[in-house]
Formats: sequence, C-alpha cells, structure tokens
Amino acid sequence: MIEIKNLHKSYKIGSNSLHVLKGINFNVAEGELVAIMGSSGSGKSTLLNIIGMLDIADEGTYTLDGVEIKDLDETKAAKYRNKFLGFIFQSFNLINYKTALENVALPLFYQKIPRKIREEKAIQYLKKVAIADWANHLPSELSGGQKQRVAIARALAAEPKVLLADEPTGALDSVTSCEVMQLIQEINDEGKTILVVTHETDIANMCKRIVFLKDGLIIEDRCVEQVRAKADVS
Amino acid sequence: MFHKDSWQEIFETINNNKLRTFLSGFTVALGIFIFVILFGFGNGLKNSFQEFFMDDATNIFRLFPGTTSKPYKGFKSGRLIEFDNNDIAEIKRNFPTQLLYITPRITRNYVVKYIKKSNNYGLRAVAPSHQFAEKTILMKGRFINHQDVKNKTKYAVIGRLVEKDLFEGDDALGKYINIGNRSFKVIGVFQDDGGDNEERYIYTPYTTNQLIEKNNDKVGEITLAFKPEIGFEGAMQFEEELMVFLKKRHHISTADENAIFIRNVADDLNQNQQFGSLLQMVVSFVGLGTLIAGIIGISNIMVFVVKERTKEIGVRKAIGATPRAVIFMILQESIFITTAAGYIGLFGGILLLKSIGTSLEDYFIKNPYIDMSTAIFATLILIIFGAIAGYVPARRAARIKPIEALNDK
Repeated sequence: MIEIKNLHKSYKIGSNSLHVLKGINFNVAEGELVAIMGSSGSGKSTLLNIIGMLDIADEGTYTLDGVEIKDLDETKAAKYRNKFLGFIFQSFNLINYKTALENVALPLFYQKIPRKIREEKAIQYLKKVAIADWANHLPSELSGGQKQRVAIARALAAEPKVLLADEPTGALDSVTSCEVMQLIQEINDEGKTILVVTHETDIANMCKRIVFLKDGLIIEDRCVEQVRAKADVS
Repeated sequence: MFHKDSWQEIFETINNNKLRTFLSGFTVALGIFIFVILFGFGNGLKNSFQEFFMDDATNIFRLFPGTTSKPYKGFKSGRLIEFDNNDIAEIKRNFPTQLLYITPRITRNYVVKYIKKSNNYGLRAVAPSHQFAEKTILMKGRFINHQDVKNKTKYAVIGRLVEKDLFEGDDALGKYINIGNRSFKVIGVFQDDGGDNEERYIYTPYTTNQLIEKNNDKVGEITLAFKPEIGFEGAMQFEEELMVFLKKRHHISTADENAIFIRNVADDLNQNQQFGSLLQMVVSFVGLGTLIAGIIGISNIMVFVVKERTKEIGVRKAIGATPRAVIFMILQESIFITTAAGYIGLFGGILLLKSIGTSLEDYFIKNPYIDMSTAIFATLILIIFGAIAGYVPARRAARIKPIEALNDK
C-alpha cells in the first residue's frame, strides 16, 4: 500500500538547515496497523505529514496504492488527499462553527457528492463511531473523546485507502484513549490500513507493528502481539 | 463553482459567523450609505443654488439708469438719466441682428384691495415679452398682450400668492381689484420658480402706467434679450455696443461709469456655472474620499477574516479542498456579503434622501438626490475592490501548506 524509498527532508531555520529525515525506507501492506514511535524531534510527525501529502520530501520516492506521488502541486495534492487519505489529528481540527454532521459531510462536499447522499453517509459514519445522537451538536458542545470520534468519522467518510492518525489520543485521558483505540482497532479489523504516530508505549502496543524512529532514521521495525483495547480498563 | 451546494455552504458559514458577516457588511453598507447621502446633499446644494440664480432667462441684459458723475457737453454732473419709449424704439431699430425681444419695466408699490382685503404689493408695468425674460408661468388666464399695450387697458396679471392672499381660495379671474384707487380687471394668474417674493407681484401694461402717471413716456428699467446664436462673445460685444449707443443718445461721457448700468446675465451665468462646477468637484471629491475609506475598511476586514480562517482553511485543505475551492469560497462569501450590504446601504441612503425632500431647505439643501447610475457604480466599485481585497489574502491562504495552517494557533 505504501512504499517509501530513501526519503530525506530538511527544514531551513534561519541560515541553518535541520536534517529531519535522513533516508527512510519503509513499506506498509494493506490492512496493517502501524505505530510510529519516537521521542519528540525524531521526525515521526514529519514522516506522517509527507505520507499525508501535507508536506513534500526533498529526496526519495513515495508510492501510494501503486501511484507514485511526485511533482505535487496543491491542487493535485488536495485531490490525492481527498481520494486516498483520512486524517485524525491530536487537536481534532473540527471546524468549530459546523455541527458534527456537517464536519463529517465536508470531505464529501469536496468530492462533489450531492447534499442528500452526503448527509446519509455522514449519519452512517457517525453511527459507526457511536455518536449519531450528537449529530447536530457543535464541537464546542462535545467532550474530547466525542470530538475525536467525530474526527474519525470524518476521516472515514471519504472512504480513504489509508488512515493517518497523529497522536490521536494525545489530548485524551486514559479511559477515553482506550475507547478511541478500540474504535481504531475495529476499523483496522475491517481491513483499513492505519498509521498511528504516538510516543506512548501502551498505545503503540495496541497496534500490530511498531516502527521506532530516532534522529531521522528507523532504528527498529518489529511486529508485536496486539493488545486489544478494552473500554472498561481502569 | 456557483453551484447550489456551494451557496448552501456559504449560507451556513454566514449564518454561523454572524459577527464577522455583520462587520464586513456594516462597513460596506455604511460606506455606500454615506456616499449616497453626501452626494445627494451636494446635489441638493446645487438645486438651491440653481434656484437662486437661474430662475430667469439666461440671455438677458438689464439696463438701469443712474446719475451722471462727469460733466459732459455742457451738462453738469449729477444729472438723472431716464429711459423713455424712444430708447426702446431706437434699440429695436439699431440692433435687429442681435436683439431677440425688449421690454420696459416700471416698478411701483401700491396698496391693492379686493372687497375688504387689502395689502401692499409690487407692481411691474411691462410689455408682453417680459413674460419670457422672467420665465413667468401662467396658471390660468393670459399674460399682457400687444393689444393691451396699444389700448392702455386696465388689466392686471397677478401672482399666485396675491390671489391666495386677496381672494382666499376664490377664483380671481375676471374679478376687479383696486390698485392705487383704480380698478383693474384680473386677466391672469401666474407662478414663478423664483420663490415666494416673485409670486407677490402684479403685472400691468406699461402704457397704462404711463397714462396714469400724467401720460409720460418714461420706462424705468429696460430688459432685453439677445439671440442665443450670437454666443457669449457676441453677447459681450453687444453689451459694449449698447453702452456706447445709449451714452451717445443721452449725452453721457464715455468714461462715465455711473450713468447707465448694464447687468449681463450671460456674464453672471458664466460665473455661476463656474461656481456650479466647483461645487460638483467638491461633491465628487468628498464622494471619492468616502469610497476610498470604504475600500480600506473592507480590505482590512477581509485580511482579518482570512487570517482568522487560516486554520479552518488548513483543515479544509487536509480533507481535500483544492486551492481553487478555497479561493472561491472566500470570494463568493465576500462578494455576496458586500453585494447584499451594498444594496442595503444604497437603498437606505436613497430612502433617506427621498424623505428629506424640502425639509432642509433652510440649510440650502433642496431635494437632494443621487442618480441611480452613480449610486450603482459606486456600489459596484466597492464590491469589486472588496473582492480584490479578499482575493489577495485568500490566494495566499490557499497557497499555505496545510501543515503550516494547522500549526497556526
């Protein structure tokens, strides 16, 4: 599903250049649930952003679902993002003046899907994340866990090939974190490829494979015995 | 892009961001409103101004007799000059190519009575062509005609307010009024754009007045009109020739400045028109200033709006909005708001101008108005500049990498 070869990325900070990714080689097959771990500054978020086409690599190749991602202009990137990828952010990034339903329907708006179908689909995904009762509430009226559920529904609504989650539980308490991870596991069980960036070991252990990043290089890549998240963990 | 769906998206956004919408809409509405009001007031000033100076025909000379200030050909200075019937006849005979019409004007004051009502009124004893010089408008009956002048009839044409005062709503036509103890038949009632004072005059044939005043041949002032085709230059030359001619007839030194006065309305008109165009310039300048202030206002708000929405734009881009879609969204919204608000301001201003009418006449603003094309043009300018002002930051926002926009707090 994802093939990355010799990926480099550096940022210019003033006159200095900060080399963040120093040659990443990395493959993900369909249906995997991969945790990307590392301390802050290890380059894990940068890697996720490049995979998510939110950022562009300086060097190396990136192939997504058999399509080589290169020469991206913003329009092309937007179309690929819309078609291939769903994002889940640490800070949810819901549009605060739109209801849960409207937030979930928004990716479909950019796919030019008629309004009625958009709303039907949005409801369907809200039901899937068990938050349909809150469909007409604004994000400000929802708890952190509920917001993240809405964000997951929004990420799923466009039916992407890959879900990218950047610290999805970073802003949540442990109980809610477990609930969200349980949801992510369920989605993965249905065959969706998911990448999770985290620095928490117990979250990483709920995935099927862990990739460790340090100073811009992959230092360890191993499969793990998945720990199933239980909602009633206390 | 101007799809029903994107409109729904815009309305949702507007509905959920009422303060922002109100701010940008208010700026535009206020800008247009003030522009319309100021421009309208400028036009109102021009209206009052025109009323003051332009109620009479504009191809007119008025000749006033004065007193000589220099001795000449054996006459002492301080001699009173008077025009008489022969002056009029000789002007007619000597200037046929320039002269359009000529009329004497003897001004007197009389107590005028009708049954028990009486009042003091100005009387002007004139020839028929005076009607054109003064632009007198007959409401009913007729003006003095040549037959009246020839027969020295005791006919009177009275002003609208004379009829109102003396007849108290009754029809004056055919009734007899008493002017200085002589009975005159009312043959016409007139109105005049020159204001109330002009409508308190009474016109009679000048020959009748001469007969009453011991059958003399004096004519008081002379009003004459030149043919418009001789133009401004021709009029100035005519004025000079006329002055020389009259001084010769009345034995006045050519250097004497006080014996005869000619007031040339054409000359006045020229000055008035210059003043009028100055007024127009001031009005246009004020209007332009208001518009620029409005444009700056809407530009500031657009920059602020886009800044405020940077993160939202990042989210939208992350879930698949193309830069084009982002720019269109912002532009469509801003154009919609400025258009709607612009028309609110436009019609608010026009409504206010209409309701003012003549109520500010004391402040020299009468019937303020703005022509539709100017008002709509101003609104369009504001909409276009609002769109440009929105486009620049929108394009920049659409170019930001979504990751930067998302990190923006």
